[in-house]
Amino acid sequence: MPNPQLNAHGELTHLLTLEGLPSPVIAHILDTAHPFVGIAEREVKKVPLLRGKAVFNLFFENSTRTRTTFEIAAKRLSADVINLNIGASSTTKGETLLDTVDNLVAMDADIFVVRHAQSGAPHLIAQHLNAHGRSHVHVVNAGDGRHAHPTQGLLDLYTIRHYKKDFHQLRVAIVGDVLHSRVARSLIHGLTTMGTPEVRVIGPRTLLPTQVEAMGVRVFNDMREGLAGCDVVVMLRLQSERMKGALLPSAGEYFKHYGLTPDKLALAKPDVIVMHPGPMNRGVEIDSAVADGERAVILPQVTFGIAVRMAVMSIIAGN
Amino acid sequence: MTLMTQLPDAEAALAALAERMRPAVAFDAAFVGIYSGGAWIAERLGQIIPGEHPVGFIDVSFYRDDYARNGLKAGAKRSALPFDVDGATIVLVDDVLYTGRSVRAAINELFDYGRPARIELAVLVDRGGRELPIEATYCGARLDVARDLSVVLSKDREKLVLGVEKSAER
Repeated sequence: MPNPQLNAHGELTHLLTLEGLPSPVIAHILDTAHPFVGIAEREVKKVPLLRGKAVFNLFFENSTRTRTTFEIAAKRLSADVINLNIGASSTTKGETLLDTVDNLVAMDADIFVVRHAQSGAPHLIAQHLNAHGRSHVHVVNAGDGRHAHPTQGLLDLYTIRHYKKDFHQLRVAIVGDVLHSRVARSLIHGLTTMGTPEVRVIGPRTLLPTQVEAMGVRVFNDMREGLAGCDVVVMLRLQSERMKGALLPSAGEYFKHYGLTPDKLALAKPDVIVMHPGPMNRGVEIDSAVADGERAVILPQVTFGIAVRMAVMSIIAGN
Repeated sequence: MTLMTQLPDAEAALAALAERMRPAVAFDAAFVGIYSGGAWIAERLGQIIPGEHPVGFIDVSFYRDDYARNGLKAGAKRSALPFDVDGATIVLVDDVLYTGRSVRAAINELFDYGRPARIELAVLVDRGGRELPIEATYCGARLDVARDLSVVLSKDREKLVLGVEKSAER
């Protein structure tokens, strides 16, 4: 089956997942993001690429931050942005997802940015558009269930490349709740495709997927062992809901074993960078001394995220 | 297809261009090269034209008028203008002046950095075929080439070389 993200010429037309995306396509996005970082440093932070295009933010699940960065990215490309808080409207009246999409296409939508609690929802929309002769309308996955969050994965890759120049010598550790994390999944696929020799996942057994080794990663349950000699440490957010079930004893206990503190970080390489997709839980997965310390690149990640989303939207809308 | 004119030697054209600019260009004019050929020429002009000439580079990928048709191609670079564009005298520098569309895009981009006092245009070669009312202030050489060919500037070590190749699409 052809990759539904690519058109007949192998060019990116939707961004649904980093899994199976060829490395030249990922490299093209990262390379294109670089000049967009420069746009943000100008007096006029706008380019005319998407003038006259309409970007619809379809958020079926709340996320102020991701929605805002997509909105800024689209506006800096001169697109018109329409934010739909779907939870509060049509679906509660019984309309199906694809009927909502068809209605918005009738309003001349050009790009859908979709977040959905259900894994595969952006995929379903893209296939529906392709199958009904609407391949000029593009879909960007802004996070679907536990499946994927490709623009977060790309901005993580951009950040790593910015500080470390190259993926081919790196040891990268992803720490925490990998089981529920679409961020981790997208980053693992991206790192592997870009030729990172060693990707580690670190966490308690209850928060690691059972078949995670099949993704080509090394598994550590002991954080000190796992951090040894790492170039990059990516901390994942521990969602408080996880504490209520049987997965974890308490936040304090979690912090003791898997919280990133200066003494644990000292086991990584001296020039290690610390990343976090946000929002952070200080004192749960990360100590303030690390979050605000000189090895943290958490705020640059946010800035790069806007440029990466500009790159994604301008590439897909042109294909 | 036939080549109607012998291609000029790029280094000779650069010397001729510098000759025309030397008496006329402002002492403090900034030279802004359009990637990639124009950037090489701007750098060279910065070295050989007397005066205080900051050298900058501009990539017009985000301002092109063929985006809707051709999409965003790989290789977009970051523009770098290491001077205050507001009130500056700027000489835009390009290798080949043809339709004038890249120059239009470059002028639009410059105005997103500020309001220059004046913009001039210096080109290594002018091959005619304009589709916009744009003319070079300074020109190294003129040439006449079949429409289905593109004139391409390349670098052989540090030496500039002009060549032609079949156009991909237009």
